[in-house]
Amino acid sequence: MTTTTPPALASPPVKPTGPETRAARVRRRLNNPVATGISIVIAVIWTIPTFGLFVSSFRPEDEIKTTGWWTAFTDPQFTLQNYQEVLFGRSASSGQLAGYFINSMVITIPSVLFPLAFAALAAYALSWINFRGRDWVYIGIFALQIVPLQMALVPLLSFFSEGASVAGIPLTPAWNLEDEGKFVQVWFAHTCFALPCAVFLLHNFISQLPKDLMEAARVDGATHPKIFRSIVLPLIVPALAAFGIFQFLWVWNDLLVALIFAGGGSETAPLTVRLAELAGTRANEWQRLTSGAFISIVVPLIVFLSLQRYFVRGLLAGGVKG
Amino acid sequence: MEFADEAPKLLMLLYGLIAFAVVVGGLLVLLDVVPAWFARRREAALLAAATTGGAGTAAPPPARRRSVANRREGGLGLFFLLPTLLLLAVGLIVPAIRTFLLSFMDGGSRNWVGFSNYTWMFSQDEIFSVLTNTLVWVILVPLVATAIGLIYAVLVDRARFESVAKALIFMPMAISFVGASIIWKFVYAYRSGEYDQIGLLNHVWKMLGGEPQQWLSNPPLNTLLLIVIMIWIQAGFAMVVLSAAIKAIPGDVIEAARLDGVNPWQMFWQITMPSIRPALIVVVVTVSIATLKVFDIVRTTTNGNYDTGVIANEMYNQAFRFGQTGQGSALAVFLFVLVIPIVIYQVHNLRKQREV
Repeated sequence: MTTTTPPALASPPVKPTGPETRAARVRRRLNNPVATGISIVIAVIWTIPTFGLFVSSFRPEDEIKTTGWWTAFTDPQFTLQNYQEVLFGRSASSGQLAGYFINSMVITIPSVLFPLAFAALAAYALSWINFRGRDWVYIGIFALQIVPLQMALVPLLSFFSEGASVAGIPLTPAWNLEDEGKFVQVWFAHTCFALPCAVFLLHNFISQLPKDLMEAARVDGATHPKIFRSIVLPLIVPALAAFGIFQFLWVWNDLLVALIFAGGGSETAPLTVRLAELAGTRANEWQRLTSGAFISIVVPLIVFLSLQRYFVRGLLAGGVKG
Repeated sequence: MEFADEAPKLLMLLYGLIAFAVVVGGLLVLLDVVPAWFARRREAALLAAATTGGAGTAAPPPARRRSVANRREGGLGLFFLLPTLLLLAVGLIVPAIRTFLLSFMDGGSRNWVGFSNYTWMFSQDEIFSVLTNTLVWVILVPLVATAIGLIYAVLVDRARFESVAKALIFMPMAISFVGASIIWKFVYAYRSGEYDQIGLLNHVWKMLGGEPQQWLSNPPLNTLLLIVIMIWIQAGFAMVVLSAAIKAIPGDVIEAARLDGVNPWQMFWQITMPSIRPALIVVVVTVSIATLKVFDIVRTTTNGNYDTGVIANEMYNQAFRFGQTGQGSALAVFLFVLVIPIVIYQVHNLRKQREV
C-alpha cells in the first residue's frame, strides 16, 4: 500500500492552492444548498447529544428529572450544585469524583511516559541499526498491535497476584500489591499493551529521517546512542507528541484495563470505572451522571482541542500507511 | 475529599516518575558506557598486537572485520530493543499463549477438558446470541461510520468553516466510551407516557405520535441503538483520514479529467474512489478491529442484559465475574481467531511496503 500523505515532520502540509480539489468541485456542482444542508444535519446530530448533557449538568436536580433539557431555553434555571455534589459530596452515593480524578491522573502520566521512551529506543534500532532478523522483529511487533487485549488479561492478572512459574518452579514472586501499590500493575499493563502501536508509529517517523544525515553522523564517528540522543530525539518531537496524545486519550478513557488491574476501590480506580459504576447502580441520578460524565470528558477534550494538529498527524502517519 | 487520602497517591506518582527517570537515564548511560568499553578493549588488543610486532596480525582480514562490526551492531540493536521485547514477552506474548492453553482447561484451570469450552460456546443459546450480536456490530459499524465519514469529508472539503465543521464530528474521538455511553443513555432515557419526557429520542417519538419506549430493553432494536454510539465515536476518525486522502489527490489528475469533460459523479467514482482506496481500506480495517473488541459501551449501558452482549463483554463476565476462566479464555481465543485474517493481510501489506 502506498502512502497517501507526505511524512509531516516539520510543518503541516500546505493546502494546495492550485486548481481546486475535485471534491470541492463536486460540492460546487452538487447544488450547494443541498450539500450544506446535509453537512449541517450531520453536524447537528453529532453535536446535540453532548450539548444536551452539558446543558443538563448545570440544571437543578428536580428539573433534570422532570423536564427535558431543551426546556432550559424557555425556563432557564442554572446551578453549580451538581458539580459541587459529585466532586466533593460527603455521602457514599454522591460520587466523590475528586479523588477518582486524581487516580486518573496518577494512572495516566507514567502510562504515557514509559511506552514513549521504550518505543523510541526500539523504533530507532529497527530503523537504523543493522542486525540480522531486524525485519522479522519489526513484523512481529507490528502484528502484536492487532492481538486483542482479552488474550492477555487472565494470565497477566495471575502473574501479578501469584507470580510466574514453569512446571512448579517459581520464576518471579507474587507482587502482592495493596491499595496504592496497584497503580504499578496498571502502569505495567498499559505500558505493555501500548508498545506495539507506539513502536509502529514512531518507526514510521524515524525510518523516514534523511539517510544522508545518519550516514554523515556515522562517518564522523558518532555512536548509535549518541546519534539517538543528539540527532534523532530532537527531530522526532512531533511524533512523540502525536503518540503521547494518543496514549493519553487511550489511558484516560480506558475502562477494561483499569477494571481488572486497578480494582474498583477509591484508592486506585480511575474516573471511568467510577462512572460506569454510577451508571449501573444509580441509573436515574441524572444530576450526578451528567456532571460526572462532563468532568471525565473535560480533560481529554482540552488536550484534544489544543493539540489537535499533532493528533491528526499521528493518525495519518500511523493509519494511512498501514 | 481529604488531603490525607490523596497524599499516598501523589507519592506513588512521584515514585513512578523517579522510576522512569532512573530506568531511562540508566539505559542511556549503559548505552554509552558499553560500546565505549568495547572500543577500549579493541584498542588494547590492537596495541598488544602491534607491540608484539606481528606484522599482519594487527589488522584482521577485511571479511572478518566486517563480521565483527556486524555482531557488535547486533548486540547494540538488541540492547536498544531489550526493554520493549521484555515487556512484550511478559505482558502480551506469554499471556496470549497461556490464554490459549487455559481455553482447554476447566473454570479453575486445574483439569484439561479438551474442546468442551468451545462446544459450550457454540451450543448455548445466550452465547450464540452474543456471537451473532458481535457479527452485527462488525458489519454495521465500519460500513456506516466509513460512509458517513466519507460523505462528510467530501461535503465540507474547502467549505468556509471546514476546520470547525470537522472538529464537531471529530470531537467524540476524545470522549471515553463510558462518557459517550452516558451521553446516549440520556438521549434514550424513558419515563412513562403521562409525564414529560427527559430523553430526546422519546420526546421526538412522542411528538411524532408514538408511545414512549424503553429503548434499551427491547431486543433487537437495543443492539442497533448501542451500535449508533460506536458509529458516533468512529465516524470522526474515518472522516479525518479520508479527508486527508482526498486532499492528497494530485491536482493535475483532476485537471486532466476536467478537460476531458467528466461530470462530478463520474469524477467521484472513477477518480476519487480509486485514489483513496488505500485509505478506505485502512479505515475499515481499523474500525473493524476496534468494533470487535467493544466492551465499555455494552457494559455501561446494559451490562449485556436484554440480549445485547458481545464477545468482549461476555469474556469479561465469564473470566472475571463468574470465575469461568476456561470459558472466558475460549471466548478470547475466538476473538483472536476473528482478527487473524486481518493480521495476515496487514503483515502481507507491510512486507510489500518494506521491499519497495
